Amino acid sequence: MTGQDTDMFSEHYNFAYLDEQTKRMIRRAILKAIAVPGYQVPFASREMPMPYGWGTGGVQVTAAVIGSDDVLKMIDQGSDDTTNAVALRGFFIKTTGVKATTKTSQATIIQTRHRIPEEPLTENQTLVYQVPIPEPLRKLEPRETETRKMHALEEYGLMHVKLYEDIAKYGEIATTYAYPVLVNDRYVMDPSPIPKFDNPKMHEMAALQLFGAGREKRIYAVPPYTKVESLDFQDYPFEIQRFEEPCALCGAENVYLDEVILDDKGGRMYVCSDSDYCEERREQGHLGHMAANPIAEPENSGPRA
Amino acid sequence: MTTAPLGLTKAPAPGLANPVHDAQCIFKAAMNALARPGTLQTLHVTNLTAPHPLPRTMAALALALLDYDTPVYLDTPLAKSRDVVDYLRFHTGAPVVDMQADAAFALISTPEKMPPLSGFNVGTDEYPDRSTTLIMAAETLTNEAGPLLSGPGIKTTTQLNAAPLAPGFWHQMSANQTLYPLGVDVLFASVDQIAGLPRSTTISLKEA
Amino acid sequence: MYVAVKGGEKAIRNAHKLMERDRRGDRTVPELELKQIAEQLYLSVSRVMSEGSLYDLELAALAIKQARGDLIEAIFLLRAYRTTLPRFGYSEPIDTAAMLVRRRISATYKDLPGGQLLGPTYDYTHRLLDFKLAADGELPEPEKGAYDPDADIPRVTDLLNAEGMMEPDPETPQDAEIGDLTREPLAFPADRDVRLQNLARGDEGFLLALGYSTQRGFGGSHPFAGEIRHGEVEVEFFVEELGFAVPLGTMTVTECQMINQFKGSTVAPPQFTRGYGLAPGQSERKVMSMALVDRALRCRELGEEATAPAQDEEFVLSHSDNVQATGFVEHLKLPHYVDFQAELELVRRMNKDWHSKEANTAQAEEAAQ
Repeated sequence: MTGQDTDMFSEHYNFAYLDEQTKRMIRRAILKAIAVPGYQVPFASREMPMPYGWGTGGVQVTAAVIGSDDVLKMIDQGSDDTTNAVALRGFFIKTTGVKATTKTSQATIIQTRHRIPEEPLTENQTLVYQVPIPEPLRKLEPRETETRKMHALEEYGLMHVKLYEDIAKYGEIATTYAYPVLVNDRYVMDPSPIPKFDNPKMHEMAALQLFGAGREKRIYAVPPYTKVESLDFQDYPFEIQRFEEPCALCGAENVYLDEVILDDKGGRMYVCSDSDYCEERREQGHLGHMAANPIAEPENSGPRA
Repeated sequence: MTTAPLGLTKAPAPGLANPVHDAQCIFKAAMNALARPGTLQTLHVTNLTAPHPLPRTMAALALALLDYDTPVYLDTPLAKSRDVVDYLRFHTGAPVVDMQADAAFALISTPEKMPPLSGFNVGTDEYPDRSTTLIMAAETLTNEAGPLLSGPGIKTTTQLNAAPLAPGFWHQMSANQTLYPLGVDVLFASVDQIAGLPRSTTISLKEA
Repeated sequence: MYVAVKGGEKAIRNAHKLMERDRRGDRTVPELELKQIAEQLYLSVSRVMSEGSLYDLELAALAIKQARGDLIEAIFLLRAYRTTLPRFGYSEPIDTAAMLVRRRISATYKDLPGGQLLGPTYDYTHRLLDFKLAADGELPEPEKGAYDPDADIPRVTDLLNAEGMMEPDPETPQDAEIGDLTREPLAFPADRDVRLQNLARGDEGFLLALGYSTQRGFGGSHPFAGEIRHGEVEVEFFVEELGFAVPLGTMTVTECQMINQFKGSTVAPPQFTRGYGLAPGQSERKVMSMALVDRALRCRELGEEATAPAQDEEFVLSHSDNVQATGFVEHLKLPHYVDFQAELELVRRMNKDWHSKEANTAQAEEAAQ
């Protein structure tokens, strides 16, 4: 992205694309969302120049929050290099001219789809989630009119019945991602489709967490240092996924791993889903058992932002 | 789009020097203030001239957050000032309302004489967001003394002291918290700082 | 890093270049001009303007060209552009009774004041491929008749209304706020103004299927095409500073008023009720479908029991928007491997448990024998 492109764009569009009236409307929704953690604030989501379902909610939240001195990190599936992360990062570089980074520790705003970075976030950071279906009760009750009532009355029996049926049927709660949480002892909230592995990171996180659902027109938030509990039962406590082997590239344990199929004979390796975390570790000299595998070394790792 | 209302006697004082970036800075301070209740967020808006008796920092918050979609309530000194009303109408387009309960925002320039908190809108069970946000002037704003605050956004506990305040303010604010998730949210604005007090904050009146 | 998941800016850039090349197609074939699209693909342009919520023939034509004729993509392009436009205010309601009519038909009266005016239509054509068009044939000029600009063409529903057989137009107070979905999120129950806006922006195919379902008995509402009219109307804007409305120009619209038999309920007397459809350009299928669905959605207000999909306000309004629908359906193309990994791990484990349980049962059975 050249400076010239940015200039061309700024002639036709406002900083961060959205007009100021739209930003104000989103900002007001964010303030309410922060005041009532876990409650989904309706907002007049705009048509964005990328499709609904591709991060329009996260993009609108980021566009309303971002300032010219922010440093942005954009990830999808934990990685800075996935196609949609590349496209959305390009959008913000073009419309704001802010600095982008892949380093978690250097970012002031991190927009994410489906993951929370492995490295603990700090008080100076804001994590913006892209959310497809903000309503945690939606799969149990398709009607907004009904689910809104359930939240109003704090009537979450249906959710507990569903989780309990899972246990009766499968011997465990068969939800592996978008695992519902209770925020500040009041609202049941959808954490977005992050693996349940990431749920504990939300609890008492130092960073502010903002959630944007563009198509469904909802914004919600978890302020820093807020109680976030994954729903469970006393006799069936919440558990996160465990991997039997460490990252094949950096040897990290207790991180979320992607399974990569190497051939058609069952050969596979597990590597960190958080690509920045993995690279940092390798730079520090941590090596996994397949770090020397040719497939593991980039022939074309794509330009870095 | 704001157009000068007919019958404006004189041109209102100018608004934000850089509407896009100033509004972002002001909002960010407000966001951090509510996300971390009790913390003092520095906000320098020395280049803004607001008409008396509207304090500058309050004016900045109003310009950053209000528009024609947000009915605003003004306390008596502000409502009585033609300059303030013209200024807000010109720069924000926000309709000024007489009823506290109709207000999305309330600007309180003299907190010691403000009407009871319970008169403002606390939202509904299904839409707790349809509530009033109060922007209140403070001559002093410190973390020394004052009630003990805890809850979302506060790691352990903190203290916040704003002055002047109406005698029953902290009791009213504490009652407001019991309505949670309904309730009003408050932003205090001193000459160069703001602090937030959302409805989620638990207020312990026994001073620490 | 493993190569498979690397997108890379370069790959994306190249994909877009390839798309641009394919869009242009064979360069020995002359490039389409926007005027050609606007003039010769007017019905496509109408649909894009209607569902794209922006009345601008040239921009709609540009969107269609850029989208290689994919109308939903074109609608999306227009919508994304529309959101960036400054908003000066709302126009005065258009008066379709004062329309400069190009086409006007009624299925309820053989003849009526203003007459039946067929105008431009495919109705009654034989749907035979016209090979003259393929050969670039010359068109015969249509005959021109006398035109009386002062001719009064009253709306059929107003004629019926005079007899008290038609429900009256709802009275709207002068200062009533009209909902606007592009500025406020949809909330249920939704009033008719918001419902109609939603339907006007809604996908033609979705509304067609829903309208069709009401005819087949899923929420039957006994419709008659009271009137379909198509032509130019004046658009006016009230200027506060001037104290009166000024004309902004004309726009072409199609309007449908469905007349539905209604036996009465506890809240309304037996009379004819109406379903309403209006869309920019010429879009008869759209406005007819819209009118059928509008009438079906009025069940609550008319005291009818809602039993069919087309009467289900939340179902209809939540799924009518093709920009939302296409985005969410197509987002399944995005990587989901983090969640898939989570599911894979669970299913593997449950699968193993199931097999070991089966094996145990089999062993136990063998032992018992």
